[in-house]
Amino acid sequence: MSEHSQVSDRRPSTPSLLFESGSPGRSPSFWPEDSGKKKTELPAHLVRKEIPGFPELGELEVLRHFTRLSQLNYAIESHFYPLGSCTMKYNPKINEVVARMPGFSSLHPLAPVELIQGALQLLSELEAMMAEISGMDAVTLQPSAGAQGELTGLMIIRAHLAAQGNPRKKILVPDTAHGTNPASSALCGYDVMQVASNDRGMIDARKVAELMSDEVAAIMITNPNTLGIFEQEIQAIAEVVHGKGGLVYLDGANLNALMGIAKPGDMGVDVLHINLHKTFSTPHGGGGPGAGPVGVKKFLEDYLPVPRIIKKDGRYELQEDLPRSIGRVRSFFGNFGILVRAYTYILTLGSDGLEDVSRMALLNANYLRKKLEGHFHIPYSEPCMHECIFTDRTQQKQGVQTMDIAKRLLDYGFHPPTIYFPLVVHGALMIEPTETETRETLDAFAEAMIAIAREAKEDPALLKSAPHVTPVGRLDETRAARNPVLRWEPNKS
Amino acid sequence: MEFPEELRYSKEHEWVLIEGRIAIVGITDYAQKELGDIVYVELPEIGEKVVKDDPFAAVESVKAVSDVYAPVSGAVVEVNDALPETPETINEDPYGDGWMIKVEISDMDDLKDLMTAEEYAEYVDKEKEDEGEEEDDDDEKEED
Amino acid sequence: MRYTPHTAQDKEQMLRLIGLSRIDDLYSHIPSSLRKTASLALPPGLTELEVKKKMAALAEKNGTTQNWHFFLGGGIYHHFIPSTVDAMISRAEFSTAYTPYQPEVSQGTLQAVYEFQTLICQLTGMEVANAGLYDGASATAEAVLMARRLQPGRRRILLSRALHPDYRSAVATYVKNLDDVELKEIPFTETGETDMDFLAGNIDADTIGVVLGYPNFFGVIENLVPIREACDRHGVFLITATAEALSLGLLKSPGEWGADIAVGEGQSLGIPTNLGGPGFGFFASQKRFVRSMPGRLVGETVDGSGRRGFVLTLATREQHIRREKATSNICTNQNLCALAATVFMATLGKEGLRRVAQVNVDRAHEVRECLVREAKLPPVFSGPFFNEFVLKVEGLNQRLPGFAAKKIAPGIPLGRWYPELPDSLLICATEMNGGEEIEQLVGTFSGE
Repeated sequence: MSEHSQVSDRRPSTPSLLFESGSPGRSPSFWPEDSGKKKTELPAHLVRKEIPGFPELGELEVLRHFTRLSQLNYAIESHFYPLGSCTMKYNPKINEVVARMPGFSSLHPLAPVELIQGALQLLSELEAMMAEISGMDAVTLQPSAGAQGELTGLMIIRAHLAAQGNPRKKILVPDTAHGTNPASSALCGYDVMQVASNDRGMIDARKVAELMSDEVAAIMITNPNTLGIFEQEIQAIAEVVHGKGGLVYLDGANLNALMGIAKPGDMGVDVLHINLHKTFSTPHGGGGPGAGPVGVKKFLEDYLPVPRIIKKDGRYELQEDLPRSIGRVRSFFGNFGILVRAYTYILTLGSDGLEDVSRMALLNANYLRKKLEGHFHIPYSEPCMHECIFTDRTQQKQGVQTMDIAKRLLDYGFHPPTIYFPLVVHGALMIEPTETETRETLDAFAEAMIAIAREAKEDPALLKSAPHVTPVGRLDETRAARNPVLRWEPNKS
Repeated sequence: MEFPEELRYSKEHEWVLIEGRIAIVGITDYAQKELGDIVYVELPEIGEKVVKDDPFAAVESVKAVSDVYAPVSGAVVEVNDALPETPETINEDPYGDGWMIKVEISDMDDLKDLMTAEEYAEYVDKEKEDEGEEEDDDDEKEED
Repeated sequence: MRYTPHTAQDKEQMLRLIGLSRIDDLYSHIPSSLRKTASLALPPGLTELEVKKKMAALAEKNGTTQNWHFFLGGGIYHHFIPSTVDAMISRAEFSTAYTPYQPEVSQGTLQAVYEFQTLICQLTGMEVANAGLYDGASATAEAVLMARRLQPGRRRILLSRALHPDYRSAVATYVKNLDDVELKEIPFTETGETDMDFLAGNIDADTIGVVLGYPNFFGVIENLVPIREACDRHGVFLITATAEALSLGLLKSPGEWGADIAVGEGQSLGIPTNLGGPGFGFFASQKRFVRSMPGRLVGETVDGSGRRGFVLTLATREQHIRREKATSNICTNQNLCALAATVFMATLGKEGLRRVAQVNVDRAHEVRECLVREAKLPPVFSGPFFNEFVLKVEGLNQRLPGFAAKKIAPGIPLGRWYPELPDSLLICATEMNGGEEIEQLVGTFSGE
């Protein structure tokens, strides 16, 4: 147990680690020692000794351990979580029920194809749904996450250009882009060239034209961008890039703003990825698993990863022999369990429900923006879509930073918005409420923010030492980075 | 903030102490303040060539990484081996024990582009002002 | 509407505050040409009851581990999952939490990941493990990329042909766009193990690393001593890829063999087969390489009062800070799956994990013996194996329908990836294959 003093501390006691609990021999037994079957001894040089320090807890001990850990977390189901560009919407319970049906959860990917016809039907129909929603022609569901989707999309672009004789060398990436955009570009063997946003928070087609050349393979663009602003010149930008033989990649992270309002496929986009764990309600899980389907226009279809699912004579089959395919980015079909959840969500909402999602997402974001204007500095006067951005400029006059505002929000029982992103805005606070929040929740959040703005003037020290009521106070990240301790060890106390 | 008189300074916030043909290089007090608590530093090896205005090392804080640029061209003749173990030295003593490398200068003309302590102090003041302006109209940040 | 709580009154009040008259005004600034073609041609929404019925019907069309007899391995394994696992990962505090960027309200997630990292270190015998990657295949690709970063100037990667085909495919896809990497395949011998003569002849100072399955795709467990020696002669990285993580409960760990990087697939540890995903890739290496590792890392620290806490650390390797110079572009750690594995390993415990691994060995060896002896199916490989093995089945394709009629999937035909192994069946038996279905399997093969 922890030795840390709690005398003057209202916080709950520090939980033990698994390895600090339990007792030898306590684990439940699941396999009787001798069931009359023959025991096989593997050759001694292939067998390990017992694992020192591996946990040995009773079943209730295990449950209590993890249950108490869970109670230290904020989560959507307990707290408002307005993280910009993360789309922390309600994760429907029916999706969980469906995903756990044995007819989905207990399938083996290498079973004969006759045994997975229902699964292949689901995948095939989900591909069509993704295509319709995004305005693209063909879809792969294989990538496990948005970042893997980006890599897949860039590989497709590269393969296409290489087939034409020159894969080219550069990718244009706006200064507001998510970090995965340049990271994925580098992984694909491209150099990154940054495009600066203008003082209205948007990319000028004219600026793109200055940077566009036949050495540029593509532009990666997010729309609406990470400031929550619709890139007005998107079609002109696409024209400029296409004009020199390049392609347009859309990071679909903000798709929650667009359903029924505008389709990326109509904007001149050639390739995009969609984040199912954002727009399509699959749970964030504390950091995954997600899924990042990729959609392409018809001329790029041949490059999609294998296998492709095709319907022939009323049956679903797998096509592996596709010579122009980029290959595989991971094993089997992708995160099927996540795909089942997204499919269920789309079935539940339908066209009317999905179009309503985006409208209400915009309503909620604009409502919050109006409530907070005057209390927090707004860097851009452009209309916002599903998310709105503020800075700490007003509060900086009292020496209070965005970090302090965020930590103080924890004391009010809210998860903070996204902070310090995008990088073009000093001390950014990006708020995406999503469509599943009530007006009362938004009002309560606004009240808390306004109270914090007042505290910043009257008692800045309170903010700088926040949070006060969370299970732990502000943690020493410097220490964690200077002397990384990344595991428990047996001879530690 | 300190700007020792005997040192010369680069636009990328490195300092140089010249001893004959050898340049001792580190990052300035302003740079270490901007970075915050330094947790890691990656230094080149002895014998490596450094090129003026190209990065030769990287300095990490918890939330950021910064390239350190060579103020002069030459060959690395000595490296502060103690630094990777105790990167916080850069925060505590940027001009003394926080030195990074010693370079044998290949072209003494490179020194002409460096600033004096006074010029650097002015330069830093202007940078701080610009950042303040940036908050006013939130213009595009400088490209890195 | 379904999950949006806005009443007509809410909308009216909110619009009024914003200063607009209709919902449409919120997006009137979007070009009208785009708005015109934006409507979604999908069926309208359904009630929860309708959805449940529809999905149940779709699920019914599939053959599962529950209503068929599966002897299928090949990288995804049907194992027992204690009831504790789903009980914990169903908790919304875990499943609907975000990535723990605000550590003060994410200690549940962060401590669980720290425990996960420790368990993976213990399982693999390595010094440091990350919080998880997408799957075993992409983890293998990331291992190759990391080895390349640490061996600048070298060009060649040697990949065993006995490594899982999907893993080899992912590696090829990831390195294809880098013009300074050459992939070379190492053949296997009739024992199902690495061809050491070939390896010796092709490993040199230009080699970055050697990648092997452990156990390999044929289920064979290799003696890694000669391979470690061959690598040591030229300073080459030894990378092991374990598709069947449960085997590490009993087998000598990659760390004990001297692996530099140990990766693999964690699905066996408390995650349903799920048609192959989601699972998670695990990634472990030695401390001195930690700054080159991809993926998230959770570290221990303290708060202002000295309380122990956990945070994401060494984040400067990652995409959100390093951007194009990051060690990877990854922005996930398949966290809920890693949590499932953590609960699984905590529940089974030291003895339980070893015990179930031993039951796998017992079952698989028993099945193989019966098939060889009674059904007269010759073994294809002679190497020691964990829970999968390959047998020769004459006229395999013609025989399979006979098994389907009895709802048996007797194994995975290898001809699909290995044309040199026609009529060869990869058969897996785990603790979940009971006596009756084994009898049926043997009986059907014997022609009863």
